[in-house]
Amino acid sequence: MSDVAYVRTEMVPEKAPPASQVGPIKWVRENLFPDIPNSVLTILALYFLYLALSALLPWIFHSAVHANSLNECREIIREAYGPDAVGACWGVIVDRWHQLLFGFYPQDMYWRPVTAFVLLLVALSPVLFSQVPRKMLMFTAVYPFIMYFLLWGGSIWLPLSVMFGFVLAPISHKIVAPLAGNLAGVIAGFAVPILWWGLAAGPVAEYLHSVAPVGIEYIESAKFGGFMLSITIGITGIALSLPLGIVLALGRRSDLLIIKSLSIGFIEFIRGVPLITLLFVASTLLNYFLPPGTTFDIILRVMIMVTLFSAAYMAEVIRGGLAALPKGQYEAADALGLDYWKAQRLIIMPQALKISIPGIVGTFIGLFKDTTLVSIIGLMDPLGLSNAIRADQAWNGILWELYAFIAAMFWIVCFSMSRYSMYLERKLQTDHR
Amino acid sequence: MSELATNREIDRSQMKVSDEVAIEIMDMNKWYGSFHVLRDINLTVQRGERIVICGPSGSGKSTLIRCINRLEEHQQGRIVVDGTELSSDLKNIDKIRREVGMVFQHFNLFPHLTILENCTLAPIWVRKTPKKEAEEIAMHYLEKVKIPEQADKYPGQLSGGQQQRVAIARSLCMKPRIMLFDEPTSALDPEMIKEVLDTMIELAEEGMTMLVVTHEMGFARQVANRVIFMDQGQIVEQNEPEEFFHNPKSERTKLFLSQILGH
Repeated sequence: MSDVAYVRTEMVPEKAPPASQVGPIKWVRENLFPDIPNSVLTILALYFLYLALSALLPWIFHSAVHANSLNECREIIREAYGPDAVGACWGVIVDRWHQLLFGFYPQDMYWRPVTAFVLLLVALSPVLFSQVPRKMLMFTAVYPFIMYFLLWGGSIWLPLSVMFGFVLAPISHKIVAPLAGNLAGVIAGFAVPILWWGLAAGPVAEYLHSVAPVGIEYIESAKFGGFMLSITIGITGIALSLPLGIVLALGRRSDLLIIKSLSIGFIEFIRGVPLITLLFVASTLLNYFLPPGTTFDIILRVMIMVTLFSAAYMAEVIRGGLAALPKGQYEAADALGLDYWKAQRLIIMPQALKISIPGIVGTFIGLFKDTTLVSIIGLMDPLGLSNAIRADQAWNGILWELYAFIAAMFWIVCFSMSRYSMYLERKLQTDHR
Repeated sequence: MSELATNREIDRSQMKVSDEVAIEIMDMNKWYGSFHVLRDINLTVQRGERIVICGPSGSGKSTLIRCINRLEEHQQGRIVVDGTELSSDLKNIDKIRREVGMVFQHFNLFPHLTILENCTLAPIWVRKTPKKEAEEIAMHYLEKVKIPEQADKYPGQLSGGQQQRVAIARSLCMKPRIMLFDEPTSALDPEMIKEVLDTMIELAEEGMTMLVVTHEMGFARQVANRVIFMDQGQIVEQNEPEEFFHNPKSERTKLFLSQILGH
């Protein structure tokens, strides 16, 4: 036998790790004090944290909640915490919260936006969570009309007659396609509803209303404001910019020259222009391009601009996801005989969108926060209202409390979106890498 | 590479080459830009043939079989598959793709779908098979490739060999009349090559028309009825496996075989 031969006769059993390798002691050592530079940074960070909190906490809690003006606030704080005390004046929120939430919407009608908001959550649930029964998507499809009716009100026949246009699309496709081919069917599916909306929907609704006047009080767009306005614009923008972005992304990758150039032209134009510019176009210029006499609701115009703006960004985010897919996925879909649209719908988009989730949600969050820009063209979003509230003698000079409240509201919505995106990413993770 | 693909006796009772023409390629030429990848290809494949295409890398063998289901477009000549000519007519392309299955080097399973969904997708959406029936067909073929127990897993949870067998099952679910294999074992670890080759041998035993691009010369010897050697975009030599390996005619073939077999 040679000297290098070795045979193990006994296997080594598993042993418990040493104490320094487990529990909180290990965590603190590894994360806070692994070596000298990191220990110094940890102590510095703790010191700055102390400085920030020692300034902020007294301001938040040495506060006056029940007061009717800034002066009254200061009086209360001085009496309670001494002559030099500074504190927040939450009285302004207590006094004006309804304005920050609803703008100048009539107070006795608050139930309408509140109902619309609750129903919004119901409508979103099947989209966001796959555990919710799929049949609920029917409600989601109808929700935009319910939302319009609840928020703006007026005759019920207008949203119904607009909704009828969407019913017309598949019907006219079904009728025309067997008679004149599939392409003609698709064209009819687009053309008939557009004709209906452009020419017939309004008069028909008016006629029906004169026959059977059903409806609730009409609230004009100028009365809209606060978070209600932000959410209305934000949700519409989010819901419409995703499909539009998908179409643009596919268009940009298309082999058809005209579609490709149009998509690139649109995306690059929109991305090259600040949103404010587009909003100014919406508020002033757009009316010059429309036929005289048409009144085009300002909120609707803003919604269109915000949607177009974020659709351009969305398209680029999704294009990134599409580019990340291996070519083999397209080839496998082709080899199995799936046509372009089926391959996109079943194979390509589910994967591309999954890859793009962080970017898509990032764009959504950006869009939602950008709704504050509408204050520049005179709409009363929360920021615009904070100016309006300061214009009141009683609250002249109040700044931080309003901004803190507005920031907190935005943060809640944006943080929820961000958490949801992380949940979705985890849920859709099937590659087990 | 020269060892046999399987040690068992191959059942040749169903392996019959009929007179019916499955694929006919006539004077086909293809260019990538100005690079002439396929030159004057003429090839007739009878139904039931098992053809192995080999050759050095870059010789155009993958491109050739990818032209048959139009993953690549040829610029000159004609390709007729099952009586349907490949042209830019999308209807013909779709028709041919329904009849021709393809297995790729990198499997190309759909990672977001389970194994079962991978197999039922095309039957449901292309052949309009009812879901229940499609699932039965899928389970049948998954049993055939010996992984029915993995049906609810995702591709990422399977080994390379298992993924490739799923890919074969996925193609078979469309009940193709011709199967194309594009280097099906090249991305696999040696111990997994055998399980994939076994599946392919079984398929051949059932009389499937197969075009296989591979370097597995053992498979070529035991299963193929014809071996084609390609170099620089041309078919240099083709013959029965016995003759091809023992008595190659062209210098290029001899050189290639000595490189791939000679140790």
